[in-house]
Amino acid sequence: MSAPPLTSVGRSRPRPAWHVATVVETRRETPTAARLTLEVPTWPGSEAGSHVDVRLTAPDGYQASRSYSIVSSTPEAQVVLAVDEQPDGEVSPFLVHEMRPGDQLELHGPLGAFFVWRPGESDRPVQLVAGGSGVVPLYAMAAAHGTADDDAPFRLLYSVRTPADVFFADELAALTGPAFSLDLVYTREAPDGWPDAVGRLTRETLAARTLPAARQPRVYVCGSTGFVETVARWLQELGHPATAIHTERFGGL
Amino acid sequence: MTAATAGGTAEKFARVTARFGTHPCDVRSYAVPTVNRGRSTGVPVARIGADMSFATRGFSGRRREADTRLPPGQTLVQDWPVLSAGPTPQVDTADWELTLQDETGTDHRWSWDELLALGVEDVTVDIHCVTHWTRLDMAWRGVSLDKLFEDVESEHEFVMAHSYGGYTANLPLEDLLDGKAWIATEADGAPLTPEHGGPARLLVPHLYFWKSAKWIRGLTMMPDNDAGFWEQYGYHLYGDPWKEERYW
Repeated sequence: MSAPPLTSVGRSRPRPAWHVATVVETRRETPTAARLTLEVPTWPGSEAGSHVDVRLTAPDGYQASRSYSIVSSTPEAQVVLAVDEQPDGEVSPFLVHEMRPGDQLELHGPLGAFFVWRPGESDRPVQLVAGGSGVVPLYAMAAAHGTADDDAPFRLLYSVRTPADVFFADELAALTGPAFSLDLVYTREAPDGWPDAVGRLTRETLAARTLPAARQPRVYVCGSTGFVETVARWLQELGHPATAIHTERFGGL
Repeated sequence: MTAATAGGTAEKFARVTARFGTHPCDVRSYAVPTVNRGRSTGVPVARIGADMSFATRGFSGRRREADTRLPPGQTLVQDWPVLSAGPTPQVDTADWELTLQDETGTDHRWSWDELLALGVEDVTVDIHCVTHWTRLDMAWRGVSLDKLFEDVESEHEFVMAHSYGGYTANLPLEDLLDGKAWIATEADGAPLTPEHGGPARLLVPHLYFWKSAKWIRGLTMMPDNDAGFWEQYGYHLYGDPWKEERYW
């Protein structure tokens, strides 16, 4: 027997391949993250939520590779990495602090076809739940939705430490409208006059600020392991079937 | 849902929508599409791949232990990243059951206690995840698959591993025999926690770790090397870390 049929099986999608990326621009995204604009002439495009391997090579041949989610839903010669620095990391501090225009690195991808959103695949609403920098692939799905002819309503619950830590603040604000709503939960510090309590996401807030299970949303959760484990459990307790919940986590290295 | 409630046919696995599994993606940074500015850098793109690389300016790397036990593209870690694609199934050992189905449709079944009664071994192995992390000398306890296959006659050369929650992984039978694979129940000196695949996961350390299916519930013999869950999403059918068989 074979595994259960999956909707994506047999879809034509770009095959993974090696690509050379050249840094075009770097700028600060949050106090801990940088946004890198890369030119990738051979990039075939990718689905919102798939990922890529980044490989750096030292002059002596030493190499370090890491997997990073990509957000790119159309063929483009440029992609932008928004890299959050891991304090003990080997690759992310380099990408955040050392990359300059003209620098080159290698990409292998696009990779993965599971934690993705595809326009027109379903008319069910979509609930996104983000913890910290886990917002980025979810933002990318929302951005792809914003430019697609797809009427499924989107809602994003975004748990973030402080206002300064919000990724893509302007872009998220610009997306907000009839087809996309944003709910922010600040865990350490909120803007002046913020009406809600500051603190970790609770089950009550999750229930109040997400689409109810009765609307049968497809749910995407991305964040740290603890965040994802907790939110996924609460979602099931709130009546969402496990099969409707897609998760993606930060790794531990 | 428990394995004990259904009839033990292959179809019962197929009813479960595959949503869970050891996730291959380490998400720490992201790319966003932007407008193509039409610039050209004249970058040579021919022959770029595992056999050809260039140095990235200023990169020296930090962890350069020349450990010959580290496959290409892997980074040594001391912790144990958790990666999966959906909510973590909670399976009580009282309800747990493992089913091995051969090509005649015959089910060989073990309860938790019956599994452990087959004999638990201590094994120390290296673990290589497709997301580029490797742990060396990791201590596991489990039951060798040789014990499970002792009384199973089969002409089929491939096996689909099935998990609680619907995750699947395909493997050649020969990669599960002769002391190369276990049903693992403990790691790092403690029972496997649910997020790491407990109460029991497959352990096939010579292949990338997504093949070591979490929350194992069944093994089904199959004549062809049908693709499992992540394999259908583009991951390699075999997954040898020494050949960097990450994706097809």
